[in-house]
Amino acid sequence: MSGLDMAAQAGIWALEILAIAVPVALSVAYITYVERRVIGWIQVRKGCNRVGPAGLLQPLADGLKLFLKETTIPAAANKLLFVAAPVISLTPALLAYAVVPFGETSLFGLWDKPHVMAISHLNVGLLYVMAISSMSIYGVLMAGWASNSKYALMGSIRSTCQMISYEISMGFALVPVMMLAGSLDLVEIVKAQQGGLLHWYMIPLFPMLLVYFISGCAEVGRTPFDLIETEELVAGYHVEYSGMWFATFSLAEYAAMIMIALMTSILFLGGWYAPIPALDFIPGTVWLLGKTAFLVFLFIWMRATFPRYRYDQMMRLGWKVFLPWTLVWIAVVGICIYTPGLSAVINFWMPWR
Amino acid sequence: MLETAFFYMFGGLAVLAATGVVLARNTMYSVMWLIFCFFNAAGLFFMLDAEFLGIILILIYVGAVMVLFIFVIMMLEINTAVLREGFLQYLPTGGLVALVLLIEFVAASRSGAFSQGAKATAEHFGREVNNTVEIGKLLYTKYLLGFEVAAVILLVALVGAIVLTLRARKDAKYQNISAQVRVRKEDRVRKVRL
Repeated sequence: MSGLDMAAQAGIWALEILAIAVPVALSVAYITYVERRVIGWIQVRKGCNRVGPAGLLQPLADGLKLFLKETTIPAAANKLLFVAAPVISLTPALLAYAVVPFGETSLFGLWDKPHVMAISHLNVGLLYVMAISSMSIYGVLMAGWASNSKYALMGSIRSTCQMISYEISMGFALVPVMMLAGSLDLVEIVKAQQGGLLHWYMIPLFPMLLVYFISGCAEVGRTPFDLIETEELVAGYHVEYSGMWFATFSLAEYAAMIMIALMTSILFLGGWYAPIPALDFIPGTVWLLGKTAFLVFLFIWMRATFPRYRYDQMMRLGWKVFLPWTLVWIAVVGICIYTPGLSAVINFWMPWR
Repeated sequence: MLETAFFYMFGGLAVLAATGVVLARNTMYSVMWLIFCFFNAAGLFFMLDAEFLGIILILIYVGAVMVLFIFVIMMLEINTAVLREGFLQYLPTGGLVALVLLIEFVAASRSGAFSQGAKATAEHFGREVNNTVEIGKLLYTKYLLGFEVAAVILLVALVGAIVLTLRARKDAKYQNISAQVRVRKEDRVRKVRL
């Protein structure tokens, strides 16, 4: 490989990364706007509608405000880790997008074979996403510890316990998906769901869909699991942060939320396939992003509807309800696969067998 | 060429991070160095086509084990001066271990087992070879007994840890959530005539 080739390859990689990171940042900005408008609509009030037409410039104004705010560092804080914590928490949130397949394209017939639209087509993509999103804990832990404040420390321990607990049921909820798809490759998992609504994994794995989505909600700390940022518990790990560094934490949270919605659409809702094969003339990416947008709307809807969980009840839900559900469902799927009469039924969702 | 460069990058950073673990005065920094070291080790696994092992290393060690380490460190107040106190006392033992390891490494690297041509050259497999599948097949057929024994040992350790830390508190109040949900108006409200 000559130097020129390598430079071209590096350029293509940089463009691919930009093509994902920029839309993610933009959609985070506008999800905050949509969130305020939708919650306003649900609660019969206006929401933000002053800055620009219908309030559309509000995210930019918010960004500018946060950017111009003073960022303070507490005198007793560990300065290095205090500054590093927001970066540590944002990095995995964005890194996880590297393996997400956004659909297949032949670039309007330019290529003979359709290519997968992902930065990296990894054959352990599902594990990669799990591994990378489990690292978001470090930002929380570092922020709490480096602030050198008891409230931040308590907050970080609280959120870490929540994240660890729900990560387990989230991981187990994905095991039946791997069993049915027979692969850890996200593209293979989507392709196993080809052929319309009935082939989607939300049909045989509906309890797992619920567990994954609700655990994802707890993992990123959205209402009803937003103990991470409760007022009555003195906020949480980011109580000492202000201005842009605080905004970095929210950016990471929203990016992780979009990631959960994307993964739910890919793993349970048929990825880029249309619910009816006749509708496949609409590009797959539109379907995938449409499903994701609906799930993000669901997150917002849940925020407007449900009250917050109490800490012990939240732990009970994770450990005593979701974890047994997932274990039972793994057993159910496993038994179905290897029982002679039932395997004919389950083979409907296992086209590779 | 690129591969060699990446190997030296991952290997060098792993050694650097491991040195950082030992030399950092702040325990929290040590843990961060250790996490960085795991990442580089995972990078080395990736270069050997062992992507499953690399990801599992990150998932288990970085995602779970190190979090528990940090939890413990956050709870302890570690005094650096006390930590350095027994340095001379432990030096002979530690030095001996280090020396033996060094001799072993040098002997192994000079034995010819790693020389050019002694092993199959690093020819990478294509996408169709999935080492997750290969590891699964091997674990559940050839090494099934060992795998099951390890699983049982882990289960016993798990139960043991729970039994050791279980304290049934008599004065603690517990909720029975399904009973709470099942409550109807008739159970709680009584109409009295005044």
